[in-house]
Amino acid sequence: MTATPKTSKDVQSVTGITVRLAGDSGDGMQLLGTQLTNTSALAGNDVATFPDFPAEIRAPRGTRAGVSGFQVQFASEEIFTPGDQLDALVVMNPAAMVTNLSDLRKGGILIANEDGFIEKEFKLAKVEANPLDASVIEETYRVFKVPMTELTRLAVAEHGLSQKIADRCKNFFAMGLVYWLFGRSLDPTLRFIENKFGGKPDVASANEAALRAGWAYGETTEAFGESYQVEAAELSKGTYRNIMGNQALAWGLIAAAELSDKDLFYGTYPITPASDILHELTKYKNFGVRTFQAEDEIAAVCSTIGAAFGGTMAVTASSGPGIALKGEAMGLGMILELPMIVINVQRGGPSTGLPTKTEQSDLLQSMFGRNGESPLPIVAPRSPGDCFAAAIDAWRIATECMVPVILLSDGYIANGSEPWKIPDVSQIEKITITHPEGADGDEPFMPYARDEKLARPWAIPGTEGLMHRVGGLEKEDGTGNVSYDPANHQLMTDRRAEKVAMIAERIPDQEVFGETSGDTLVVSWGGTYGSCHTAVAQCQAEGMRISHAHIRYLNPLPKNIGDLLRSFKTVIVPELNMGQLRLLLRAEYLVDCIGVNKVQGKPFAVTELVAAIKEHSVPQTKSKAG
Amino acid sequence: MNLPVLKAADFASDQDVRWCPGCGDYSILAQMKKVLPELGVPREKIVFISGIGCSSRFPYYMNTYGMHSIHGRAPTFATGLKSTRPDLMVWVITGDGDALSIGGNHFIHALRRNLDVNIILFNNRIYGLTKGQYSPTSSEGQVTKSTPMGSIDHPLNPLSVALAAEATFVARSMDANVKHLGAMLKRASEHKGTSLVEVYQNCNVFNDGAMAYAQERKQRPNNTVELEHGKPLIFGENKDKAVRLVGNHLEVVNTADVPADDLLIHDEKDMNPAIQMMMARMRYPEMPEPMGVLRAVEGVATYDDQINDQVTEAKEKKGPGDLQKLISAGDTWDVA
Repeated sequence: MTATPKTSKDVQSVTGITVRLAGDSGDGMQLLGTQLTNTSALAGNDVATFPDFPAEIRAPRGTRAGVSGFQVQFASEEIFTPGDQLDALVVMNPAAMVTNLSDLRKGGILIANEDGFIEKEFKLAKVEANPLDASVIEETYRVFKVPMTELTRLAVAEHGLSQKIADRCKNFFAMGLVYWLFGRSLDPTLRFIENKFGGKPDVASANEAALRAGWAYGETTEAFGESYQVEAAELSKGTYRNIMGNQALAWGLIAAAELSDKDLFYGTYPITPASDILHELTKYKNFGVRTFQAEDEIAAVCSTIGAAFGGTMAVTASSGPGIALKGEAMGLGMILELPMIVINVQRGGPSTGLPTKTEQSDLLQSMFGRNGESPLPIVAPRSPGDCFAAAIDAWRIATECMVPVILLSDGYIANGSEPWKIPDVSQIEKITITHPEGADGDEPFMPYARDEKLARPWAIPGTEGLMHRVGGLEKEDGTGNVSYDPANHQLMTDRRAEKVAMIAERIPDQEVFGETSGDTLVVSWGGTYGSCHTAVAQCQAEGMRISHAHIRYLNPLPKNIGDLLRSFKTVIVPELNMGQLRLLLRAEYLVDCIGVNKVQGKPFAVTELVAAIKEHSVPQTKSKAG
Repeated sequence: MNLPVLKAADFASDQDVRWCPGCGDYSILAQMKKVLPELGVPREKIVFISGIGCSSRFPYYMNTYGMHSIHGRAPTFATGLKSTRPDLMVWVITGDGDALSIGGNHFIHALRRNLDVNIILFNNRIYGLTKGQYSPTSSEGQVTKSTPMGSIDHPLNPLSVALAAEATFVARSMDANVKHLGAMLKRASEHKGTSLVEVYQNCNVFNDGAMAYAQERKQRPNNTVELEHGKPLIFGENKDKAVRLVGNHLEVVNTADVPADDLLIHDEKDMNPAIQMMMARMRYPEMPEPMGVLRAVEGVATYDDQINDQVTEAKEKKGPGDLQKLISAGDTWDVA
């Protein structure tokens, strides 16, 4: 294969581009988006993505409900979000156009597959006439109507494929055109085509032909006068790769197992958007990973507890509805005081809710979704790459404290991707686990004796002399025997709570972006990190005395949170829920917090956060620096 | 290695047993303690896992490792444990409500996966710990606290359920016949794969005598038949009755009336469960209820073997995992 040709047209250099690719669920938009992301990352850009697809595998073709989109921002500077407004929008059919056009900025580029804009498609999209023909479209945007289906057929004609197969190549044509427009190299995608379709040479060469035809169309047709170039971003030194959240989470679990010298057991039941963790982990049996696809969510978590009892690193994962089913068992894991990780990749709720859309509405479920007094530690990664470290963190806490730890990811993090600096695993601190050795039998074994962290010993079956029974009935302090003694129940309840609360002594203090006191503090957690950080940075640049605290350890909260909240005149808590962290902060610290809340299945746009921050911030005082 | 010789008493924990006086559970506990020393497995290698209910207090009374888990879920804990620790001998203790009502799903899935564990199902046909509601094995019309006008549920037959779930070892015994019970526990422990032993267990408080037709010494010979592999199903006080297969159903005959060749010969190793299923469905009072090993087939792969074999195979094919290599593979770029 030859390398990417060079354009002979003008090239305009820009700092960043936000593009969305939208088409029917079967149009291959997710593939196109992933390729554009990888290619941009390999070009050294910082990238952030937002795939957005329907819950149905093949929603009715051509309808608005069936539109699948992939948004990516690539930039020559550090970015934290996939972008608000689109610089360019590629649409494969009318439904994709009408559902996405409002996000395209005025003057932005609209590329439409002209062949998809036909009478039949207008009906499916429920539009009366060709939306491309509206005069306002030409006046507002730079519109490029490209007969992609036709051009793709011509390009692949010599490969002798059926028309149906040939038409499937049109996303590669679109890709070629997009690559030309943004000065992207074809090489990574050519490599991908060879790897993916190598076994079907006709399909591989047809896809390559379509890709090159798309590029050539941009280069030769007069409609496109210039292309854009985004230089490499200045990231910190190191070797990078592009990584998706669920992939990073799976790898983080494998790393945690290796760091603690354990095999990994992963008991789970398929559920969107957590299933990809299972798909990823099950590839790595040679790492000693055992995956168990259970008969239901309850079996999944209970098998995890069984494996933990046996001394294995045990993990289960689900999304909100599945976590609801696991609640009783999580309580058992808590009273058994066994280490494990329970992952919740949150999605829109309640009930089945919005399976493929993101939300942060399971925080209170994580805090309180079990019967009885049953606090569990909660760790929330802030971005796709951060899932790797969060998994290691969660296992470290679980084993230090002998407690199930909840890892709260979300659909946005799980399916999003970003450049990730590949860590040197030999430099990551080991996780030391000790199992008590066999006793000689003189002293009775005390399975519920506690160490300085209030953790009990992890004595595992097979160890001579340490036979003991655990169970969901209240345990007697020390012996672990069943006990209905009133004072003992109080004591054990206190101990279990104290054990979790004491984690605050070992986690780092809450970091602040900006000054540690001032007018406004924005407090966030989980997947909203990027939008909140960018919004606060913008406000800071405008001279506001504003800071940002993004909380990773949600239970227990870092020790200095209370003081921090009290050091600002206004505290704003943006969340993709109706105010769950806000409720906890108010309850715990008696500090008023203002919520910025939405549940629309979408991440925050930076512009909406900036607007909300300005609305709620106290009248601006002169900044000391200014 | 010289293993210390253990006695039944060595398997008793220091906890007071808290079942009602006269409960059938005592007999099962005693037989378990008697059988375990004969197996030559050290105590620390044995784990008892139970769900919730009277029977599920069992692990607390055994001086082994144990877990008293969640209602109905015991097989799932066992699955996680046995899959990761195939070196352990795992027993699941459950009851009719635990295994067949709230835990019905896990029960069938454990059986079809053929995990190498032993499930002992104490069937007293009543909810004891919640004080006397009907259970999924209670008889139609049975009057209980929750069925004052009689139960309108059709009862489940644990043996039929197990056979339908492709179980590889299915047996039945009873608390009152301790010798037989001990033998069944031993057979179950020797089977590679999931073993199910249903034990008729009398709840003398809430359902006393529900299975007296099978348990009482005098009634037992006429109402039950002890299965023996390769032998006809002879029963009756005078050993004068047997079972015959006619077309697609079983019937009771007098041995004097039919040639020996006509009698049904029990084949516990038959991979086809059709006749075993017919035998499982023999119910009092029309038919004698089968006691003993109904099915014990070999050569079916176990889940725990396979999950671990795949790990071994992957290591052989790909070599042991290299984390740094994994996360550094594929498209990467350097920032200097």
